[in-house]
Amino acid sequence: MFAYYLRLATKSIRRNPYLSLLMMLAIALGIGACMTTITVNYIMSSNPIPHKSDDLYYVQLDSWDPYSPFREPNEPPDQLTWRDATNLMEAKRAHRQTAMATSGAVVEPADQDINPFMASLRLNFSDFFPMFDTPFLYGSGWGSEDDNDPAYVVVISKDVNDRVFGGENSVGRTLTVAGKPFRVVGVLDTWIVVPRFYDVTTNAFQDTADIFMPFYMKRELELPNSGNTNCWKSPEGEGFTAFLQSECINFQMWVELPSDGERAAYLDFMNSYVEQQKALGRFERPLNNRLSDVMTWLENQQVVADDAQIMLWVALLFLLVCILNTIGLLLSKFSQRSSDVALRRAIGASRSAIFAQYLTETALIGVAGGIAGLGLTLLGLEGIKLLYGDFVSNLVALDIPLVIAAILLSVLASMLAGCYPAWRATLIAPASQLKTQ
Amino acid sequence: MLSMTNLSKVFRTELVETHALRDFSLHVDEGEFVSVTGPSGSGKTTFLNIAGLLETYTSGDYTLDGQNVFTLNDRQRSRLRNEKIGFIFQSFNLIPDLNLYDNVDVPLRYRGMTAGDRHQRICDSLEQVGLANRMKHLPAQLSGGQQQRVAIARALAGDPRFLLADEPTGNLDSQMAASVMGLLQDINQQGTTIVMVTHDPELARQTQRNVYVKDGRVCDEAAPVQLATVNE
Repeated sequence: MFAYYLRLATKSIRRNPYLSLLMMLAIALGIGACMTTITVNYIMSSNPIPHKSDDLYYVQLDSWDPYSPFREPNEPPDQLTWRDATNLMEAKRAHRQTAMATSGAVVEPADQDINPFMASLRLNFSDFFPMFDTPFLYGSGWGSEDDNDPAYVVVISKDVNDRVFGGENSVGRTLTVAGKPFRVVGVLDTWIVVPRFYDVTTNAFQDTADIFMPFYMKRELELPNSGNTNCWKSPEGEGFTAFLQSECINFQMWVELPSDGERAAYLDFMNSYVEQQKALGRFERPLNNRLSDVMTWLENQQVVADDAQIMLWVALLFLLVCILNTIGLLLSKFSQRSSDVALRRAIGASRSAIFAQYLTETALIGVAGGIAGLGLTLLGLEGIKLLYGDFVSNLVALDIPLVIAAILLSVLASMLAGCYPAWRATLIAPASQLKTQ
Repeated sequence: MLSMTNLSKVFRTELVETHALRDFSLHVDEGEFVSVTGPSGSGKTTFLNIAGLLETYTSGDYTLDGQNVFTLNDRQRSRLRNEKIGFIFQSFNLIPDLNLYDNVDVPLRYRGMTAGDRHQRICDSLEQVGLANRMKHLPAQLSGGQQQRVAIARALAGDPRFLLADEPTGNLDSQMAASVMGLLQDINQQGTTIVMVTHDPELARQTQRNVYVKDGRVCDEAAPVQLATVNE
């Protein structure tokens, strides 16, 4: 019967093309608004590294003010001090580990025709690249021997390679960064991580850095701080070294712990480290260290912004309004078909058969509305990109699950809209209609 | 075939009660061709709607083909209508955007028959009413008489045992009416029981028995010739 109902639905839509188009547009508008916000929320909250998100842990130590937590109710700081980051790194207690910081520096291309430019820097350890599965176009990351006594080596992004070296294999060539010559050891391929889980302390939807270099270059070159820096007490003294020795937090740290045993052992290690520091007069707060896997960390940092969630609710309300409009249009359409219903009832259609016939018609309208809604979703996503700029450009993509979700949502919405009018149609008394033809 | 005993039908609103049928009793045997006549508002159509299970009744007994219909639910009533009853209406009630083939197909769809069986029945019934060569035409492309023939074909396609006709010639000129009436008589001679509501005494005379209804009651059951005298 479903094929028959589909045929009848097609005929009915052709019979009232403008009314059907209006309903389809109402659904499409609602779906477009909903799917735009759902897409943004979905991508914001998706798992950026699903195959190992349970093995990667963000490290937090509660080194904060003894009299008030970093964030209520009792959250430890979301970054580490230089002292703690380097101490934990030197202990080498994890399978893989990297402390990180961001900075910026001027790049001076050797080619005089290319102007110097400001580049974003990420300072990290060699484990960063295998931990986060960074894709390489040429070369690789630097070796661990280049970490502690930092070698003048860099990994550059594809954009920088295109800009400075014309896209050629630049491994082994020299790049001047912050006035110092660095040897290029690797060129990253396009690396889009949404959200950029490994560093959400500034903006989880920014691009990856232009240049990656050994972490200790921070101290070697006295590179300026970038990103969020928070202090619960002022550094004792002035200058770069005083900052590094202070209780100010500006450094992130990730460890890779493939088993529960390693995770428990690492947490024990963190706690014993804090106990040692307490003995030295630091860490006056109660023990409050955390190891958070990727998804827990993203949730903790509320990567899905509140306004995105509010937008989602507004869009759902808009969809509801569109559904109500569609209900009105369907009631009008179906009321014109009372003679058809009466006849079908008279010659053998049960109420459920009539209900199924009309619901199929609304579902077909829903499919059409869903397809049109996908077009509107793409427009909506482009609109968000225009409104908020490049930093959300990684969000404006529809994938297969979202396309399927849009169609399903549309069909569901239209069927929801169709239930009441279809039910009303089943209540038509055949006798009264048949005589008045 | 059809047996109504002391049937009553009351339409109630907040202000008024209307007794459309009162103590209505009628028995129609298998294979009969019965006409129902009476003045406007006498209850003919209400009777026909109840007989066709399109309306429920307030009290009394109604059995159709030995089955008491009072306790049937919507699905059972629909199935009974679909399998045992054929309807012919004054205004044909064809679906305008379906061609003749698809119009005749409608009741068969609800019976869940295979495509092959449906095709055979549609072709046979359109053949029977002389419209097999026009099955792809839309109703609007036919004359009134031809449209009524399609409606008859639709009623026959389900091979019903019981045909209910409500003023089947009311919208036709005399020539077409005679043709449709001839067709109904042929169908009756093949064994189908027919109950026809009509205003036309001439048509009533062509049936085996006439039932005269007035004020919701059967006033007289007589052979058509005798009825004509009563009416006059």
